[in-house]
Amino acid sequence: MADIVLDKVTKAFPDGTLAVQELNLEIADGEFLILVGPSGCGKSTTLNMIAGLEDITSGELRIDGQRVNDKAPRDRDIAMVFQSYALYPNMTVRENMAFPLKLAKLSKEEIDRKVDEAAKVLELTALLDRKPANLSGGQRQRVAMGRAIVRSPKAFLMDEPLSNLDAKLRVQMRTVVSRLQKKLGTTTVYVTHDQTEAMTLGDRVVIMRAGAVQQVGEPQQLYDHPNNLFVAGFIGSPSMNFFPATVASGRLTTALGDFPLGERMRGQVAEHSGDLIVGIRPEHFEDASLIEDSIRQGGAEFSATADLVESMGSDKYVYFTIEGEKASAAELEELAADMGSGDLPSGGSNLVCRFSAESRVKEGDTAKVWVNLEKIHLFDPSDGRNITLHEGRTA
Amino acid sequence: MAVIDQTARAKWRWSLIDLVVIVFALIPVLWITSLSFKTPATITDGNFIPREWTLENYRNIFSTDQFVRALVNSIGIGLISTLVAVVLGTMAAYAIARLDFPGKKLLIGISLLIAMFPQVSLVSPLFEIERSIGLFDTWPGLILPYITFGLPLAIYTLSAFFRQIPWDLEKAAKMDGATQGEAFRRVIAPLAAPGVFTTAILVFIFCWNDFLFAISLTSTERSRTVPAALSFFQGASQFEDPTGAISAAAVIITVPIILFVLFFQRRIVSGLTSGAVKG
Ligand SMILES: Nc1ncnc2c1ncn2[C@@H]1O[C@H](COP(=O)(O)OP(=O)(O)OP(=O)(O)O)[C@@H](O)[C@H]1O
Ligand SMILES: [Mg+2]
Repeated sequence: MADIVLDKVTKAFPDGTLAVQELNLEIADGEFLILVGPSGCGKSTTLNMIAGLEDITSGELRIDGQRVNDKAPRDRDIAMVFQSYALYPNMTVRENMAFPLKLAKLSKEEIDRKVDEAAKVLELTALLDRKPANLSGGQRQRVAMGRAIVRSPKAFLMDEPLSNLDAKLRVQMRTVVSRLQKKLGTTTVYVTHDQTEAMTLGDRVVIMRAGAVQQVGEPQQLYDHPNNLFVAGFIGSPSMNFFPATVASGRLTTALGDFPLGERMRGQVAEHSGDLIVGIRPEHFEDASLIEDSIRQGGAEFSATADLVESMGSDKYVYFTIEGEKASAAELEELAADMGSGDLPSGGSNLVCRFSAESRVKEGDTAKVWVNLEKIHLFDPSDGRNITLHEGRTA
Repeated sequence: MAVIDQTARAKWRWSLIDLVVIVFALIPVLWITSLSFKTPATITDGNFIPREWTLENYRNIFSTDQFVRALVNSIGIGLISTLVAVVLGTMAAYAIARLDFPGKKLLIGISLLIAMFPQVSLVSPLFEIERSIGLFDTWPGLILPYITFGLPLAIYTLSAFFRQIPWDLEKAAKMDGATQGEAFRRVIAPLAAPGVFTTAILVFIFCWNDFLFAISLTSTERSRTVPAALSFFQGASQFEDPTGAISAAAVIITVPIILFVLFFQRRIVSGLTSGAVKG
């Protein structure tokens, strides 16, 4: 067990690609850290540098306070779980799991004992004599985990370990991974591009974009207080709604309507002239008819026609199309491209709201929608900064 | 029903075609086998099944030093050439499949060029060169050209095999604590084994079958291989036709090839890498 420190770590590939730029991270002993970001943002490269599979171009990597830049993977005492599992096909499950121990020259009895122990934890005991070819995806995944835990390394690195599993198994394995990490208390760096995994698994989440860290924090903090447009749009499902906005004499003008700004936000916006982007999460809307008078004050109302209503049982997702310009910023385009919705044709902006289950809104209805103005975020479209952050926090 | 009918008919058609091909390929082999068991008197009688069986031909070829010596030459030269070509080819193919180095395309191009080069045009220059440097009619005199032509073949087949091995396995081995050497030896090599054996068989057969170099670059029993030696066979007397003896020798030299293939066949298990990675 160990802490891992990345000090201005940079990776430039020979062809000039700057995959990771001056990355600073401090991973505490026993921490479960998640690296998340869209495809190609440098997550795997970062992990491979920690593992020793890629050279570090500049900067320093310290494990347990010791500089390990020039150490071979085998001398770093770190285990890795690959997205492809990378099981040795010519060896049985037992041999696969025993492989690192054999290389460490442990005695036969000790190897057997450790393998049996790990197999029991991962419920692989019945499969020990099978070859990987005869295992299901989930079983292969568990063998890959088993091979990592048998030798009690200083840290685990996992590169999208669950992305090859089907949705149901992924949820199941997520809890397996989480429990295992809690039980072993081993420092873990986990790469994913699934924001749900990021939110549910980690102690802290690092959001990366184009080789640079956007924000580091506990999942809830990232969700409630995103630093910038990118983080705001990346975290949350369905994602935050964005609209272009302008401010004049304390009122915010958006395609949804004119809203009064609260005292604090008025101050924050004062220094900012020009266009803004307003961001509102789906759960900060509500069917206006269900709002009690006591809280109605903190928000504003507008009307819109519902395109689609999805009832989830516990609540309802209601989709609207709002006429007018779409919010545009480099960050938003990148996020849209990553989700594969970059060029969806639409005459306006989409708005997703989460209403309580009691809402009677139906498709085609013109609904009165209430929005909680205390929870909105305002972003500067030129650099994506969240200007409503207050001492690092909103509201 | 129609579908079943069709597949049944397709099956029949393919079986028939297979049969024709097999018969076409095997009849000369069976014919020469039959000749090798015939007595000199009946050798020209045109019967497929010998009317008088004899082992005389086999006894004859093994009683002369000529054939045994050639057999030793063939086996020795073939094995050494194969070993060298496969070892060098494995290293080259590993580098080609694994690394991006300057001149990689050129290397592949040159080896392809060598493989395509008409061997006939090389025979006279090689003859002159080998005579002047004293390699003519020696084992190395044959081993060298065999390696030259066997190596491109080895590089080609082996790099195809290496490309199939997921490189994540090597990374995983390194993470598990293996050195580069251990990763190759304990993880990559076992997976590449079927490819290495397949290549070895191909290269060995190439060396074993060669007649052109064998006849041009040798002059005595010292290094003459079986295909060349066969053409020097004579009958027991000057007037006797050596057909029986040649047939017997031809049968004998197919045996090692069959053994070689049968021996390695068990190792050429396709799909050995399945289960390493998902998707
Ligand atoms: N060997 C290489 N040579 C040049 N560029 C590379 C190399 N490997 C990766 N890159 C580039 O570095 C950047 C980061 O790659 P990386 O594999 O770390 O992305 P990632 O965040 O893991 O993405 P994904 O979610 O798709 O796995 C990408 O732009 C990629 O094209
Ligand atoms: Mg990756």
